[in-house]
Amino acid sequence: MTITEAPSREVGVTSDLIVAENLAAGYREKVVWKDANFTFGRGEFVAVIGPNGAGKTTLFRMLLGLHPSISGTLKILGSQPRRGNNRIGYVPQRHTIDAETNIESQELVRLGLSGKKWGFNPFSRWDREAAHTALQSVGSMDIARRPLGVLSGGELQRIFLAEALVSNPDVLLLDEPLSNLDIRRETELLHLVNDVVRSRGVTALLIAHNINPLLPHLDKVMYIANGKVATGKPGEVLTSESLSALYGIEIEVLRDPHGNVAIIGVEEHHGSSVGV
Amino acid sequence: MFGPSLIVDLGSFFGINPNLIVDLQEMWKYQFMQHAFEAGTAIAILAGVTGYFVVLRRSAFTAHAFSEIGFAGAAASILINIAPIDGLLAGSVMGGFAIAALGRRATNRDTQIGIVLAFSLGLGLLFLSLYTGYATEAYSILFGEILGISTGALYLTIEACILVLAVTGIIYRPLLFASLDEDVAEAKGMPMAFLGIVFMVIVAVSVSFAVQVTGVLLIFSLMVTPAATAQYLARRPQRAIAISVAIGVLVTWSGLFISFFTPYPVSFFITAEAFGLYLLVRLVRLALKPRKVPVVEPVSQ
Repeated sequence: MTITEAPSREVGVTSDLIVAENLAAGYREKVVWKDANFTFGRGEFVAVIGPNGAGKTTLFRMLLGLHPSISGTLKILGSQPRRGNNRIGYVPQRHTIDAETNIESQELVRLGLSGKKWGFNPFSRWDREAAHTALQSVGSMDIARRPLGVLSGGELQRIFLAEALVSNPDVLLLDEPLSNLDIRRETELLHLVNDVVRSRGVTALLIAHNINPLLPHLDKVMYIANGKVATGKPGEVLTSESLSALYGIEIEVLRDPHGNVAIIGVEEHHGSSVGV
Repeated sequence: MFGPSLIVDLGSFFGINPNLIVDLQEMWKYQFMQHAFEAGTAIAILAGVTGYFVVLRRSAFTAHAFSEIGFAGAAASILINIAPIDGLLAGSVMGGFAIAALGRRATNRDTQIGIVLAFSLGLGLLFLSLYTGYATEAYSILFGEILGISTGALYLTIEACILVLAVTGIIYRPLLFASLDEDVAEAKGMPMAFLGIVFMVIVAVSVSFAVQVTGVLLIFSLMVTPAATAQYLARRPQRAIAISVAIGVLVTWSGLFISFFTPYPVSFFITAEAFGLYLLVRLVRLALKPRKVPVVEPVSQ
């Protein structure tokens, strides 16, 4: 596993932005996963992989302060998760926007910065400039004035990313941003997220079904399955031993010359024809 | 769409002086017409503003349900001899609280809302059949009777308009954010439950007053059609709201004017004009729609 270029990453600054110890997630009666220990530092790009219902989105909701943990400790940006933390940018898993929504895309990005403000006054100059910068950083100035309802899946994901970036967050949580994209758009969006991670020193967690397109960019991978969580560098986690231990069944990890992996024995995954 | 020439035609057809100024002076002599214009304007503004959010949040069916729950309330208040508007308000605001309390996705529960709606209409029918007075009361709740608005009801309408506009003004941006992007707004710490309840109450109050103009059954013509038309004409919410209000006021004024010189009901003209405008805007948009999306220039600061 090789990590591609990391130009502006400050190697010395390894402040841990997200730390979990013996963390368990779940709902009133049901434990979804437990005994999770992980640490994510500044500027790390992390993939969160696992079958549907494994508790990936639950992890995000815990980090956002929307859902309490069952036991253990979870710290983000040095404190307990709390709702409304502006230092976290969030792109939820979304169903497509209604085609009738005839509102300029940049309005949504502006709301990402100042949607909390009360009153009927128009957006401030600061709001508009920040939205402009965020749109530029995701290369979406050309669609800034297009209505949300006419944008393609890839264009929408860029706008959502700009909306998350507009408050200049330290942590970025992306819930299945690749789900409606074709392979080309998928690659483009991943490059974009990677650029954001590297240039801004943002810690990004990205939920996905298929790990292969992510592999060239990742610093860490988090596997959630079978009520357990395995976290580490891709080379450590994506081995037959560690995944067998995680799933509790015999699993084989195969690699092709390009570094792509195929995981055999895991039927829950349907991300691609080659397994995971 | 109802230009001056048509008004003149209608005027001469019904043997009325075809001079617009004289017509207006004639109409303004009557206090009930003054009241109708004043209340109608307030309601058109109210409905135009809240209607924008109703359309944006796809809560049109909920708004309709409020008017029919309000109908049961109004029919009950006729029976016990209090002002129908009080029963309307009580009924629809209670409906608003109930739907908001059911949770954030409740406004999309078409089936349950439809069931409550049908029951409310039935209940209203029962109350009206128990009432032995004029059948016109029922007719005016169902189809609107702005021409009979009392001075007291006029003031109440204007007060409600100011109150609802003030509240909407305060919650405008969080409500817009929550309507467009619920999950992110929630993560940002917006008080979603509070916004949901306030919005539902605002819609319930707006519906109750709009019923005076259009009636329970034609409520969409002021609560939905102007806003739906406006959203095609502007891509920024504040502009769309302004256009929605302008359309509501326009159709209300001209509806009142035309109906004064004809034997036909105000609510028909309001409904027809709102619908005609909507149709016109959609057709023009269809005709103007470019084959390919043009390159858009960079955003202005």
